[in-house]
Amino acid sequence: MILKGRVWKFGNNIDTDAIIPARYLNTSDPKELAKHVMEDADKDFPAKVKKGDIIIAENNFGCGSSREHAPIAIKAAGVQAVIAKSFARIFYRNAFNIGLPIFESDEASEKTKQGDEIEIDADRGIIKNITKNEQYISKPIPSFMQELISAGGLIEWTKRKMAILNQPT
Amino acid sequence: MTISEKILAAHSGKEALSPGELINAQVDFILANDITAPIAIDEFKKIGTQSVFNKDRIAFIPDHFAPQKDIKAAEQCKILKEFSKAFDLGLYFEVGRMGIEHALLPEEGLVVPGDLIIGADSHTCTYGALGAFSTGVGSTDFASAMATGECWFKVPESMKFIYYGKLNKWVGGKDLILHTIGDIGVDGALYRAMEFEGEIIRMLPMHARLTMCNMAIEAGGKNGIIVPDEITEGYVKKRAKRKYNFYSSDKDATYVEVREYDCSKIPITVSCPHLPSNTKPAEELSQVTVDQIVIGSCTNGRIEDLREAAQVIKGKKVHDYVRMIVIPATQKIYLQAVKEGLAEIFINAGAVFSTPTCGPCLGGHMGVLAEGERAIATTNRNFAGRMGHPKSEVYLSNPSTAAASAVLGRISIPEEVV
Ligand code: SF4
Repeated sequence: MILKGRVWKFGNNIDTDAIIPARYLNTSDPKELAKHVMEDADKDFPAKVKKGDIIIAENNFGCGSSREHAPIAIKAAGVQAVIAKSFARIFYRNAFNIGLPIFESDEASEKTKQGDEIEIDADRGIIKNITKNEQYISKPIPSFMQELISAGGLIEWTKRKMAILNQPT
Repeated sequence: MTISEKILAAHSGKEALSPGELINAQVDFILANDITAPIAIDEFKKIGTQSVFNKDRIAFIPDHFAPQKDIKAAEQCKILKEFSKAFDLGLYFEVGRMGIEHALLPEEGLVVPGDLIIGADSHTCTYGALGAFSTGVGSTDFASAMATGECWFKVPESMKFIYYGKLNKWVGGKDLILHTIGDIGVDGALYRAMEFEGEIIRMLPMHARLTMCNMAIEAGGKNGIIVPDEITEGYVKKRAKRKYNFYSSDKDATYVEVREYDCSKIPITVSCPHLPSNTKPAEELSQVTVDQIVIGSCTNGRIEDLREAAQVIKGKKVHDYVRMIVIPATQKIYLQAVKEGLAEIFINAGAVFSTPTCGPCLGGHMGVLAEGERAIATTNRNFAGRMGHPKSEVYLSNPSTAAASAVLGRISIPEEVV
């Protein structure tokens, strides 16, 4: 999988209230949520973000609440991947479960600038900065997570598992 | 092995396991609320199964925007009710019987020591106080577990926190955990189990243990946990609806990090905007004026918390330009507070005393902040915009400090008031 897009930069500890404020959680409609994505971190972001863009942040991205609305809002806004130095653990699970590709890379977080064009080779864990002609390494995705991605998310994975379990022996 | 590893091993049919291992484990109990359940129910339907893993181990608790604050919220809550009806679930809590999930489930003895619990809410880590392995997940994880009774876990490394010495006056579970988060940071325990122990923990009452484990997530922790003892036994024996198991950590268990705290050096602690780790001694904040006080939430909405606040505010008045909102976490606590005369104390002081809800804790309803307004609250998060306008501010404290601040209209320690 190759993901190519324009970079939006964010800092440390981008929490789930910044990604999608709780005041909008009386709905779970992805399109509605996308209208407010990252609004409390950058109020113009929902208007500026374009399909295919990539978010790059620093440490502990997605900390706070377990709301799946956070990765859903990011995905629905057209963002195709998030790169950070580290992710909060529930956000990490949720992203894989719903099929939002995420990558951990210190180098990419430190060396990219807002607006850079980058290209992520998801299978090899290599991030190319086309604007700067640089290349960064991302941490390998654990094999179970790869299994989840290739199944198309946790629900598809669960379906397959249940089908196997329910087969007459 | 540590207590966390033992519980995970017991639920995945393994003799032993070690940190980093990925396992599939059987869960004992799962829960979701009016924010997370609608997505979970949608996902569950996609699986296409006609049954759930166990009708009596799935709790649906509308508490965040309930009592239904607007039409959208009512629609969300309705999804929980309709699904519970359709699948004949035993644990749907309608308004009037509900409470804030993490106060309600331990109180009702529905989650017990030794359990493996997942909840589609990040503060599910609260039940670690009972000696359970309990952690927050997303809606999709919940949906999959509802169908299969299983969930995948990466076995976390454990971190040990030892509390010794003597507690200062008015210092309790909230101050210990805020101090700890201030020490290690909001990602100081990322992906890890936080095990609390030491002479102070052994004498800490259950409500304070629940407060501490509740905020493990605020340090990035996967779970908070306390090895069960006589205090645990005293709390669960009269409530538990099921058989329970006490697990403990082996003497030679491995911890990635051990931290010790001399409690005589821990002051009344307040987290300043906009991170729980941004802690300061309350005494240093006496210049900070406040517009709103919130006493409640899954962190500090239990009867002992209300008693502590009432003790400070009894016979006093809330400052003229301050609104004080007191929210018991469950119906039982509410009734108990009425019986004990706590409701009267708060109302006489000029506070509102409301039905259980998460409400202001997440800026939902019942006490939302305007631009530039500032609150001190016994809740657990103070991210920008958490309680309302993105340019409002939240300070986090224990109940007695919040109550004292209500009287003086600025952050105050209880000593200044009583
Ligand atoms: S009281 Fe606050 S932190 Fe606790 S469950 Fe409700 S919204 Fe979440």
